[in-house]
Amino acid sequence: MKKYKTYLKYFIYSAIFVFVIIISYRSARPRYKPEHYTDIFKDFSWLNDWPKWLDFPLMQPLNSGFDWLIVNYGLFFESINYFLLGMYTTMKNSIVGLPWPIVIALVVLITYFASGRKTQTTVLVAFCTFFLGFLSPRYWDKCIMTVCIVVIGMLLCIVIGIPVGIAMARNQKVRNALLPILDLMQTIPSFCYLIPGILLFGLGAVPAIIAIFVYAVPPLIRLTDLGIRLVDKEVVEASEAFGANKKQTLWGVQIPLALPNIMQGVNQCTMMSLAMVVIASMIGTRGIGDEVLLGLQQLNVGMATEAGIAIVLLAIIFDRITQSYGEKIQERTQPKKKVDL
Amino acid sequence: MSKIEIKNVYKIFGHSPSKVLPMVQDGATKEEILEKTGHTVGLDNVSLSIEEGETFVCMGLSGSGKSTLIRHINRLIDPTAGEVLVEGTNVMDLDQKKLIEFRRHKMSMVFQRFGLFPHKTVIENVGYGLEVQGQKLEERNKVAMEKIEAVGLTGFEHQYPNQLSGGMQQRVGLARALATNTDIMLMDEAFSALDPIIRSDMQKQLIDLQAELKKTILFISHDLDESLKLGDHIGILNHGRLVQVGTPIDIIMNPADDYVAAFVKDVNRAKVIKAKIIMLTPEKFKSQKEKNSNTIKVNEDSFLDEFLPQVCLTPATVEVVDKSGNIKGYITEKELSKALTKSKADILTKSKTNVGQ
Repeated sequence: MKKYKTYLKYFIYSAIFVFVIIISYRSARPRYKPEHYTDIFKDFSWLNDWPKWLDFPLMQPLNSGFDWLIVNYGLFFESINYFLLGMYTTMKNSIVGLPWPIVIALVVLITYFASGRKTQTTVLVAFCTFFLGFLSPRYWDKCIMTVCIVVIGMLLCIVIGIPVGIAMARNQKVRNALLPILDLMQTIPSFCYLIPGILLFGLGAVPAIIAIFVYAVPPLIRLTDLGIRLVDKEVVEASEAFGANKKQTLWGVQIPLALPNIMQGVNQCTMMSLAMVVIASMIGTRGIGDEVLLGLQQLNVGMATEAGIAIVLLAIIFDRITQSYGEKIQERTQPKKKVDL
Repeated sequence: MSKIEIKNVYKIFGHSPSKVLPMVQDGATKEEILEKTGHTVGLDNVSLSIEEGETFVCMGLSGSGKSTLIRHINRLIDPTAGEVLVEGTNVMDLDQKKLIEFRRHKMSMVFQRFGLFPHKTVIENVGYGLEVQGQKLEERNKVAMEKIEAVGLTGFEHQYPNQLSGGMQQRVGLARALATNTDIMLMDEAFSALDPIIRSDMQKQLIDLQAELKKTILFISHDLDESLKLGDHIGILNHGRLVQVGTPIDIIMNPADDYVAAFVKDVNRAKVIKAKIIMLTPEKFKSQKEKNSNTIKVNEDSFLDEFLPQVCLTPATVEVVDKSGNIKGYITEKELSKALTKSKADILTKSKTNVGQ
């Protein structure tokens, strides 16, 4: 019975393959094709170079599909656009409106509590924040824009990425289906989704946020998945043996123990978001990235480097905050051995 | 009715176990199955029953299927074929909800590597079984404190597991299993990861607790001394097959096959065998000719090594008496020497190999 099923599967796959080849042959332009299809089996010269009729017609359906999406679901994309843009502008305006010392003070406060009151980290982050404006006063507002985009992108990643990662860890089928998609998201050149992003969401911050999501969510999903699967099997078994249901096991045992890994994912996600937000400046996203772009366009190496340093400082700030928060969580979930016993 | 009954359970690991099952049922060995189909046989036609209030030790080397067997009882693993009855209910008939209720109230488990939750304190760990039952914090802390006290860990309740030593961690595991107050306790190589002195401490603690609580315990072990110490009955597994079930004395005196014989070869018999096991009845004793005029009185429940030195020093006939002093039987040097020599099977195999050479 099982063997029969496998054969059937192979048969269906080959049928699809033949069907695709026939479609490609039929859709090829007449001048690329031999006069009659039987000629293929008489004259084998087409085996030398790749024949022009053996061309899978993927471009046209993609184009028409994209057009169809814009025409029919424009409202849907528009609403996403409004939502994200609204979030972005509110956040940006409120921070830009604040006096800069207060912003620095806020960053310091966040770092201080997120890192579990580590003075060293806090001082480092405070200096980095100060240097953003100190490098060039123009950078201050632009950095705030960049930060807002990154934060919203990250929120999107966390809200979608962590549940997806959990689903992946718990279900082999979901994982099999999602892994190739994650591979695709990680390897596809970023301009392949930046440009369509403009068509769907217009210029500005929103396509950048979408690009951040596509680029930065895979490591978060992967690390969440890994973290949950790496939780000691015996501990999960213990929880089941005492009659915990799936929800209790997940929230009471798996997620708390996977948190260090998940936080690592969030950290990776932040770093990749920052990298993407710079590339996104090429599609007109305002922020510190366009200073780099401007410097390069004017062959002004100093300017580009200066802006580059500002980006590095931003990266350090984000990294320190998320990293030290992760460490704090790790200490809580896996406390170090006490020496004095 | 037995508390736990396992009937003809098979477990085969692989991608299509049901297909391989007939082969196993026809008596193919583990190696053959692995070679031909790539499936691993975990359990091969295991049937046993465990009575209420007894400690049943399941023994075997690693890979013999002990841990697989214990996980069938609370269905952490589903059998390929066969039935597992607990108090008459077939565990396989339970749906997800009932299974969870069953695990919450019928049995608890202690794990080889403790299986403690590293992010919870000792008191939270001990109260976990009650937490998943939905009990309130105060109640479960009250029960947890009682159990922590019972295993002698008072003062450590707010520590995290990895701040404790291995022995203490397993005490937490034991307390956690006691906290839900279930009739059945499953102990999967519970003391194997501990060093010898702590292990024997824990064994003693378990014996004391068991004397008080009278739970039904299924204990998995690879250590014969431990099995003999704890078990009312012992089952020996080899390659997923149950080769012998019996009392500790059965196992030592009459090993069922070479595998069991090899297991019991190095046991200090004098420490395991009680006087009443090897004594002759008074009638039989009378019919014997050789008699020693010296006699020693010995309680029927004393182990051989308690009076052996005396007999060696001054050859004597041992009178076995019960608590009120009535003579139950006699032990002569003959019985002693018979009981202390290695089993017949062992001697036989040795002579066989000699012939072969």
